[in-house]
Amino acid sequence: MVHVALKSISKVYPNGVRAVHPTSFDIDEGEFIVLVGPSGCGKSTLLRMIAGLEEITEGELSIAGRVVNDIDPAQRDIAMVFQNYALYPHMTVYNNMAYGLRNRGMAKAAIDDAVTTAATMLNLTEFLSRRPSQLSGGQRQRVAMGRAIVRNPALFLFDEPLSNLDAKLRGQMRIEIKALQRRLGVTSVYVTHDQVEAMTMADRIIVLNGGRIEQIGTPAEVYHQPASTFVASFMGAPPMNLLPAHYNGNGRVHLSETVHIEAPVTADYSGQIKLGVRPENVGIVDPAHPDALRFDLEFVEELGAGRLLHGKLGDSGLIVHIPHTDPIPGGDVYVGLPKSALVMFNHETGMRL
Amino acid sequence: MKRAGFNLLWLPIVLLAPQLVIIGVFFYWPALYAIRSSFYLEDPFGFGSTFVGAGNYIDLFSSAQYLKVAVFTVGFTGLVTFLSLSIALVLAVKADKIIRGTRVYRTLLMWVYAVAPPVAGFIGVMIFYQGNGPMTELLALFGYEFRLGVNYYDTAAAMVAVATWNHIPVNFIFFLSGLQSIPQSVKEAAMIDNRSGAGRFWDITFPLLAPTAFFLLIINITYALFDTFGMIDALVKGEPGNNPMTLVYKVYVDGFRGNDLGGSSAQSVILMVLVLVLTVFQFRVMDRRIHYT
Repeated sequence: MVHVALKSISKVYPNGVRAVHPTSFDIDEGEFIVLVGPSGCGKSTLLRMIAGLEEITEGELSIAGRVVNDIDPAQRDIAMVFQNYALYPHMTVYNNMAYGLRNRGMAKAAIDDAVTTAATMLNLTEFLSRRPSQLSGGQRQRVAMGRAIVRNPALFLFDEPLSNLDAKLRGQMRIEIKALQRRLGVTSVYVTHDQVEAMTMADRIIVLNGGRIEQIGTPAEVYHQPASTFVASFMGAPPMNLLPAHYNGNGRVHLSETVHIEAPVTADYSGQIKLGVRPENVGIVDPAHPDALRFDLEFVEELGAGRLLHGKLGDSGLIVHIPHTDPIPGGDVYVGLPKSALVMFNHETGMRL
Repeated sequence: MKRAGFNLLWLPIVLLAPQLVIIGVFFYWPALYAIRSSFYLEDPFGFGSTFVGAGNYIDLFSSAQYLKVAVFTVGFTGLVTFLSLSIALVLAVKADKIIRGTRVYRTLLMWVYAVAPPVAGFIGVMIFYQGNGPMTELLALFGYEFRLGVNYYDTAAAMVAVATWNHIPVNFIFFLSGLQSIPQSVKEAAMIDNRSGAGRFWDITFPLLAPTAFFLLIINITYALFDTFGMIDALVKGEPGNNPMTLVYKVYVDGFRGNDLGGSSAQSVILMVLVLVLTVFQFRVMDRRIHYT
C-alpha cells in the first residue's frame, strides 16, 4: 500500500540553483527507505521537503493519502530526528518529549503515559528530569528518538542521525533504530552519506547524485546490479572494480587486443564499455583455466576477516578480495572473472547495459 | 601539574603597580574621600567643615524632594529598560528573519550607538524644541502643546524617548547575536512540534535568549541610572527648576550648583551602595542559572 508518494518533486533555490530535479517515488507502509549519496546530492533537501522545512518548488507530495504541499510541518503527522539531535537545551528530557504532545492538546495523563513508555523502551527512565547538557551523545540521540516516537507519527524522518556519534556507538545505534522501526512498524525515510548504514538498515535504497535518482532498489540489487558506474563506485568498500573494455555486440568483452572474455549480457551496443566486478567475486584461478587472466599483484591489505589484493589487470587497476583462510598467492597470479558477477556499463553515459 | 608562578614577591607587585595606582588614585581615593565628606557639612566657600555624623543622610531620607527624585529615577530606569529592551527584541527578531539586505539594515540600526549621550540630548532638544521642533509640531497637530523644560511630564517623556532611542542599538546587537546562536535545527524541531510561531517564540526562542536578556537587563539599568547624565544635562541645561532629574544628576546639581558638598557626597555614597548591590545580584544570578549548552 502506498503510504508516501512523491510526484515530480523538485527544488529550485531563489538563486537559481536546482538542488533536486523532478523526482518521483512511492514508499509503502512500514517501509524503511534510505536516501544515500555524496554531499550536495540533494538527499537532505528532499527529506526537508517531505518534512515541510523546505518549500516544494514543483510537484506533489502526499503522506497517508493527503496532499501536504501547503501544510505546516507540525500538521504533517511526521517526526524528525536531526543530525545534532536538536534537543531543547532549556527543557528536561521529559519536557523535550512532551512538548510536541502538549501543543497538540493531548491530555496530561496520556502525555505522561506516552513519555513513560518511550523512556522505558529507550532506557531513559532515570534521565527524565535531566537537561540535555547532562547527557552523553548516545543518550541525547535516544532522547531525540524518544521525541519522535511519542508522537506516534505516520512517518519518521531521519537526517543523518548517527554521524555525530563515534564508530562503536554508531554501529550499536544503527541496530537499535532498525529494531525499533521494525517493532513500531512506522514508515521511515533515512538520509545518510554512509553506504554501510544504507546497506544494513534499508528495505529499499535510493541512491542520489547531483539532485537526481541514480537507482532505487533493495540493498542487494543496488550492490550487485548497480544501475550506473556512480552507484557501482559509491556503494561498497572497496568499491566495484571498473575495467575499461570494448564490446562489439559479438558476445565477447575485449579487455585488450588479445584478452577477451565472455560477455555477461548481450546488449544492442558496440563500443567502449566499463566492465564492473565486485572485489569478492574475482577468483584466484589456476593458470590452466580457459578464462584465466594474468594479474600483477602489487600489494596486500590485511583486513583480518579477509585480504585485499591490489594489482593490475593489463593496464587497469584491480582489487581482489580473498577470504583470510586462502593463502596469499605467490609467483604468477591468475584471476577469473565469473560471468554471473559481471556488469557492463556504457562508457559515455555510465549507465548499465 | 605545577603552576607557573613568581619566586620573588616584588616582581608581580611592580608589574601590577600601574593598574593598582590608576585604580587607587582615580577610584578608591575619591570614593573614600566621598565617604568621608558625606559625614561633614562643608562651608560653601571651602573655608572649613563641621562634622555632622549621619546628619547628611538623615536630611536626605527625610527630604520630600529627594524622595521625588528617587521615585522618578526608578520610574525612568524601569521605563527606559523595558522600552529599549522590548523594542530592540522586536527589531532583532525581525532582522533575524531578513535574508537580503541584512547588513545594511543592521548597520543603519547600529549607527545610533555611535551617538554619545550628550549629543543624543542635543538631538532631543532639537526634535522637541518649543519653537519649531518637528516632534513638537507633530504633537501640535494633534492638539497637544509639548513644552520641553517647562512641563514636568513633557520633559520626562522627552528624556525617556531619547534614552530609549540611544540605547536600542546595544540591545539590538546582543539580541541579534543571541538569536543567531540558537541552532537552526532546534528552531526546525520546534516547527515540527508547534505550529504556532508565537508559541515557538515564547517556548523556545525566548528562554534560550534569557541569558542574553538578563545580561542586557543589568546593562540597561546601569545605563539608565548613570550614563544618561549627559543627555539629561543637555535637555534641562543645568537649570532643573521644576524639571525631572535622576539621582546621579541630583548629585551634580546639589554639589556643584548648590555647593552642598556634604549632602552631595552622601548621595554618591548611596549610589555606590546601589551599584554594589546590582553587581552582587548580577554575579549571583549569572553564576547560578541560565547557562545551558
